[in-house]
Amino acid sequence: MKLSIERAVLLKAVAQAQSVVERRNTIPILANVLIEADGSTVSLRATDLDIEVIDKAPAMVERAGATTVSAVMLHEIVRKLPDGALVQLTDDSASGRLTVEAGRSTFSLATLPREDFPVMASSEYTANFSAPAGVLRRLFDKSKFAISTEETRYYLNGVYMHVANGEDGTVLRCVATDGHRLARIDAALPDGAQGMPGVIVPRKTVGELRKLLEDDEAKIAVSVSETKVRFATPAITLTSKVIDGTFPDYTRVIPTGNTKRLEVDAAEFAKAVDRVATVSSERSRAVKMQLDEDRLVLSVNAPDSGAAEEELAVAYGDERLEIGFNAKYLLEIASQVDRENAVFLFNSAGDPTLMREGNDTSAVYVVMPMRV
Amino acid sequence: MPALCRDCFHRFETGSRCPACRSPRILAHPELFELSIAHMDCDAFYASVEKRDRPELRDKPVIVGGAKRGVVSTCCYLARIKGVRSAMPMFQALKLCPEAVVIKPRGGHYAAVSKEIRALMEALTPQIEPLSLDEAFLDLTGTARLHKAPPAVLLCRLLKRMEEELGLTGSVGLSHNKFLAKVASDLDKPRGFSVIGRADTTAFLRGKPVRMIWGVGAASQAMLEQAGIRTFDDLLRWDRKDLGQKFGSIGDRLWHLARGEDHRRVNPHEPMKSISAETTFDEDTSDRDLLDGHIWRLSERVTDRAKAKDLAGVTVTLKLRRTNFTLLTRSHKLHEPTQTADRLYRAAAELMATVKEPGPFRLIGVGLSDIRPGREADLSGDLLDPEAVRRVGAERAADRIRAKFGKDAIVKGRALR
Repeated sequence: MKLSIERAVLLKAVAQAQSVVERRNTIPILANVLIEADGSTVSLRATDLDIEVIDKAPAMVERAGATTVSAVMLHEIVRKLPDGALVQLTDDSASGRLTVEAGRSTFSLATLPREDFPVMASSEYTANFSAPAGVLRRLFDKSKFAISTEETRYYLNGVYMHVANGEDGTVLRCVATDGHRLARIDAALPDGAQGMPGVIVPRKTVGELRKLLEDDEAKIAVSVSETKVRFATPAITLTSKVIDGTFPDYTRVIPTGNTKRLEVDAAEFAKAVDRVATVSSERSRAVKMQLDEDRLVLSVNAPDSGAAEEELAVAYGDERLEIGFNAKYLLEIASQVDRENAVFLFNSAGDPTLMREGNDTSAVYVVMPMRV
Repeated sequence: MPALCRDCFHRFETGSRCPACRSPRILAHPELFELSIAHMDCDAFYASVEKRDRPELRDKPVIVGGAKRGVVSTCCYLARIKGVRSAMPMFQALKLCPEAVVIKPRGGHYAAVSKEIRALMEALTPQIEPLSLDEAFLDLTGTARLHKAPPAVLLCRLLKRMEEELGLTGSVGLSHNKFLAKVASDLDKPRGFSVIGRADTTAFLRGKPVRMIWGVGAASQAMLEQAGIRTFDDLLRWDRKDLGQKFGSIGDRLWHLARGEDHRRVNPHEPMKSISAETTFDEDTSDRDLLDGHIWRLSERVTDRAKAKDLAGVTVTLKLRRTNFTLLTRSHKLHEPTQTADRLYRAAAELMATVKEPGPFRLIGVGLSDIRPGREADLSGDLLDPEAVRRVGAERAADRIRAKFGKDAIVKGRALR
């Protein structure tokens, strides 16, 4: 194999690949990236056995071939090369080394045979559709904060992407929850997504996917099967196993009878919560909300370190209410609101509270209160 | 030489009996009224509590501990005469003393009694560092003016009050640091009172084995022995630097201890690191249902103690001992601190479910660590488990019933497995 490629193009491809590679590996080849050169493209492939990413980039290929080298090391080298450099990769099968040349720099890297590189088995996808990057970005960005990290409830360690009946017909829906808060985000159902099996997209995959979604206008090809999900742009293909488990029935978690309505400027609210929470050093900083006639008093009382209180003018017309929440959860859901006021719907101090942006029901959040 | 009567607290100069009440129980030591670091250790605490509560056991050997396969947790002095010792396997203890009455430990009850003792100590000083339910360090420095009596007198009064008001005896060690106070309390058990002064420290330690040091267990002992250190004299021969090099941070501590020096303060705020309970089975078992029953009972024991101290924990640990005595442990960090048996049990049972090894096991333990104040416990519910809040409420209600009508007034069906 022998090829030349622009440093910037190679860097982008190798960066994407190396982020999939697990830092601590017991199987040496999983630390490597598979470089395949053919025609006028080079493809870089990396995997952790659950996720596989393939990055294609234009290159001048003199001699087709393939080899594998350390993903982290190749990334570091390319990153440190001067901008605008032309990088030449030459594989010498006799010495088992890959030579990386750019300007006056020459590197010789140990390789492992390409035959040993695990390639993810292909899957029969039952649904294929195309969605704008912006739509997918909204679905995952607004839900991923609620993904659980608890290993015992592994089926919560991802975003549940499925087809559901929304208030205005069938929608593509993403739900994530850790049992303390829940996010439910809807988008118009893309053509071809009907009949898609519901899948739990793992946390790491959500993180990797995010890198494909920067360009609003880009179309992402999505393929889904019972066991795998694939997101692809012309240059990058991200294939991932999905979490083998049943996502709990979240519909019964979302309150429908909450009537006490608070409307507040989300940014002001978030800042005030952040300020009062400063005095608490406890693990779960509990913030008390006292609501009474267009007045919201936020307070924190931490016996060991101090107390804080702040008053906000809000729209609230129901009976007096005192309810407590974990400050972090309040901040996280408040930061999802970007256009209109945040609307909170309460029932009682012990029941789940619903939050949405204005009257938009395409993104709703549920948060469990705390005793304060 | 200053002397003190342990029965009437009369202070005098010399004599083998108290000039005031003729009691032979006297204390005499040149530094008696100058020393102020004490260690109080109850005598056969659990067994004494049981004997106190059941007078018919007074003249019988009593062993508190697990059933057939368990170990002796405490035994009374009648049992000790027969050679029974704590930590001895029960079958061996019963071979030595077949007429012994074996009683299952009542953790919560001992904790309540311990609180009463603690209250007596608190009347003397706030500088109390409890080591367990039945022993504590007391720093009585500077209390003489307040109480109008030196520490030695206060300690004699403490022991007398424990006997008269609680029906329990204890032994006291009085010295100039924690290490020696702890050693001293063990010298004259039961109902003992030993004094190690500054002047007699060196003479006292001469020829004594290093295993006397609290914290030097079998493992450290083997390590020290390998280096040829068996007694304090051996230790004294070592250079400070060499000890540090050979044994790391404890090397320096050993160097000081060899000279009878211990600079640790009596620290009343020594935070509790973990709360745990374990059971050794009568017969090794791999029966998951049986193990589950144990997990529940252990969870209840742990949270009973957590509730009594108003503490909670974030990390749940499950411990299993295999038949070859190796340990298997699993732990899980909860989202928030808990002190309820229900949540601890569920987390521990989930950990058990991740154990693929079929067993059999000889011991199971449940622990709670990463300790936080009780007020931070169980504040939030679980969206996906709406019943959790009700279960916690039910548990709190059951706790109140037990507090009023006794431990067995209400139990979970799960506890009967």
